[in-house]
Amino acid sequence: MSSWIGKTAIRSLPLLYILGSGALHAQETLSIDQRLSSLDSATKAAQLAGDNAWMLTSAALVLMMTGPGLALFYGGLVRSKNVLSTMMHSFVLMSLVTVLWAVYGYSLAFAPGTPFYGDLRYVFLNGVGLTPNPDYGATVPHQTYMVFQLMFAIITPALISGAFAERIKFSAMLLFMVFWTTLVYFPMAHMVWGKGGFLNAALGGSVPCLDFAGGTVVHITSGVSALVCALYLGKRIGYPRESMKPHSLTLSLIGACLLWVGWFGFNAGSAVNSSGLATSAFVNTHFAAAAAALGWLFAEWMRHGKPSMLGGISGAVAGLVAITPASGFVRPFPALLIGFLAGIFCFFMVTTVKSRFGYDDTLDAFGVHGAGGTLGAIFTGIFATNAVNDTFKDAAGRTLPLGLVDGNAHQVLNQFIGVLIAWGLAALLTYVILKIVDALIGVRVSPEQEIEGLDLSMHGEEAYNLEA
Amino acid sequence: MKKIEAIIQPHKLDDVKEALKSIGVDGITITEIRGHGRQKGHKEVYRGMEYEVDLLPKIKLETVVPDARLDEIARTIVASARTGKIGDGKIFIYDVAEAIRIRNDDRGEAAL
Repeated sequence: MSSWIGKTAIRSLPLLYILGSGALHAQETLSIDQRLSSLDSATKAAQLAGDNAWMLTSAALVLMMTGPGLALFYGGLVRSKNVLSTMMHSFVLMSLVTVLWAVYGYSLAFAPGTPFYGDLRYVFLNGVGLTPNPDYGATVPHQTYMVFQLMFAIITPALISGAFAERIKFSAMLLFMVFWTTLVYFPMAHMVWGKGGFLNAALGGSVPCLDFAGGTVVHITSGVSALVCALYLGKRIGYPRESMKPHSLTLSLIGACLLWVGWFGFNAGSAVNSSGLATSAFVNTHFAAAAAALGWLFAEWMRHGKPSMLGGISGAVAGLVAITPASGFVRPFPALLIGFLAGIFCFFMVTTVKSRFGYDDTLDAFGVHGAGGTLGAIFTGIFATNAVNDTFKDAAGRTLPLGLVDGNAHQVLNQFIGVLIAWGLAALLTYVILKIVDALIGVRVSPEQEIEGLDLSMHGEEAYNLEA
Repeated sequence: MKKIEAIIQPHKLDDVKEALKSIGVDGITITEIRGHGRQKGHKEVYRGMEYEVDLLPKIKLETVVPDARLDEIARTIVASARTGKIGDGKIFIYDVAEAIRIRNDDRGEAAL
C-alpha cells in the first residue's frame, strides 16, 4: 500500500513541479508589470509635484512683483502727496483684474478660438480644473497655469500707471483698465501664448514670434500704452520747470529689489515646469539685471558725473524687461550683453529722448518697458538658440533652429512683426479707450485736485502723519 | 525782553546748544527750515534734466532773553555757530511785548 502511494507521489513530482513553477512564473510576471506601472505613476506624480511646486511659487513671486514690488518702486518715485494713489493703482488692479480674468479674461486669452482671441468656453473658469491641459503645462493642473497667467495680467496694466501718475482720476483709471485689459491684453496674450494664436511659435501661429515670458505681451503693450496716456493726459502742472523729485528713493530701492527677485518667477516660471529650461531662464534673468544696472550706471557716470541710486535700480529693471522675451531662449553671455545694452539704451531713452520731446512719462514706463521690451524682442530673434531651448520641433520630430545664431535670420523679421503688432494694437486702442473714458467721465483731475494731491483728493488720506 | 532769532547751519546746532547751556540759557525753540542768503545752492540732475536747488536746509533757533543778557547771549550764539564760510546764517533781534508762563501765570522776565 505505502509503495503505491509512494510511487504515485514520485511520478507526480515532475507534474507538480511543472504546475507549481508555472504558477510561480505567472505570479512574477504580474508583479513586474504592476511594479512598472506603479513606478510610472510615481514618476509622473513626482514630476507633477516638482513642476507644480515651482509654478505655484512662481505665481506667488509674480504677484509679489505687483504688490508690493511695483507699488513701492513707483510709490517712492512720486511726491509724497501722491504716494498712496500711486500704490493704489497697483493694489486695486490685483483685485480688479482677478475678477475679470476669472469671469472672461482667461477664456479670451487662452481658449482656442480665432488667431486673435479665444472663445468663451472657459468663461467662469468652466472646464478649468485640476487635471493638466496638454497645451498649457502638461504636467501641472490647469488651474495652476490659469493662476500663473493671471499674475501677468495683473502686472501689465499696473505698469501703465507709471505714465499717468499724479494726475489721473481714480474712477477713470478703473474704467480705462477694464477696457484696456479686455481689448489689448487679452487679445495680445492670446496671439502670443494662446493655442492657435497668430504669433504663437509653439502652438500653431502663422507668424511664429519668440516671446518666452512677455516682452511683447507685457512690456511693449504697457510701455507704448503708457506713452499714449502720457501724451493724452498731458504734463503735470509745473512739469518740467518745477523739480518733482522722488519723495522716497528708499521705497523705490526696496521695490526694485522685490521686482528683481520676483522676476525669477516671471521668467523662469514661464518654462511652465521645473526643468533645465527654468534654470536657463533664471540664470539669464539674473545676469541681464546685473549687467543692465552696470550699463545704466556707467552711462550716467559718464554723462552726469555721478552714478545715482535711481539710475542703478532703473538700469536693473531695464535689463529685466529686455531679457523677458529672451530668457528661455538665449545663453548666459548673450543675456549679459542684452542686459548691458538695455541699460544704456533705456538710459538714453529716459534722459535724452524724453527731454527732447518733452512728454511727461512720469515714471518712465515707456522709456523702460516700451523701449526695453522692443530691444529685447529684437535681440531674441538674434540670440535664440535651440541649444538652450529644444522644445520646438518640426512634424518629423527634428529640433528647429530658433534665431539668427542658429542660422534662422528670418526669425528677426518675425520678431519685428510681433513688435509692430504690439505697438499698433496698444497705441491705437489706448487712444480710442482714452477718448471714450474721457467723454464718459473725464480722465484728468481738476487743477485744484492735482495741486492738493491725489491721496487727499481721490482717497481722502495722507500717507505720512508723522506729527501724530 | 528781546527775542533772538538765529538762522544757523544744521551741523552747528549741537555746538550752539552746548554753548547756551553752559551760560545758563534754558529756553530755546528749534525749527527745521530752508532758505538762502547769498549762498549758492547746488545742481541736481534727475532723468537728464537739471534742477537748481537753491533752498538749503537750515535751523532756526529762537530764544527770548532778559534785556540785560541780550548782548552776552547773542555773542555766544555767534561764536558757537560761526564757521567763517558763506552760509553761516544770520541773527535778528526783536522786541517782545509780554511773556506768560502757562503753568502758573508768571509774567515778564520772571516768565523767562
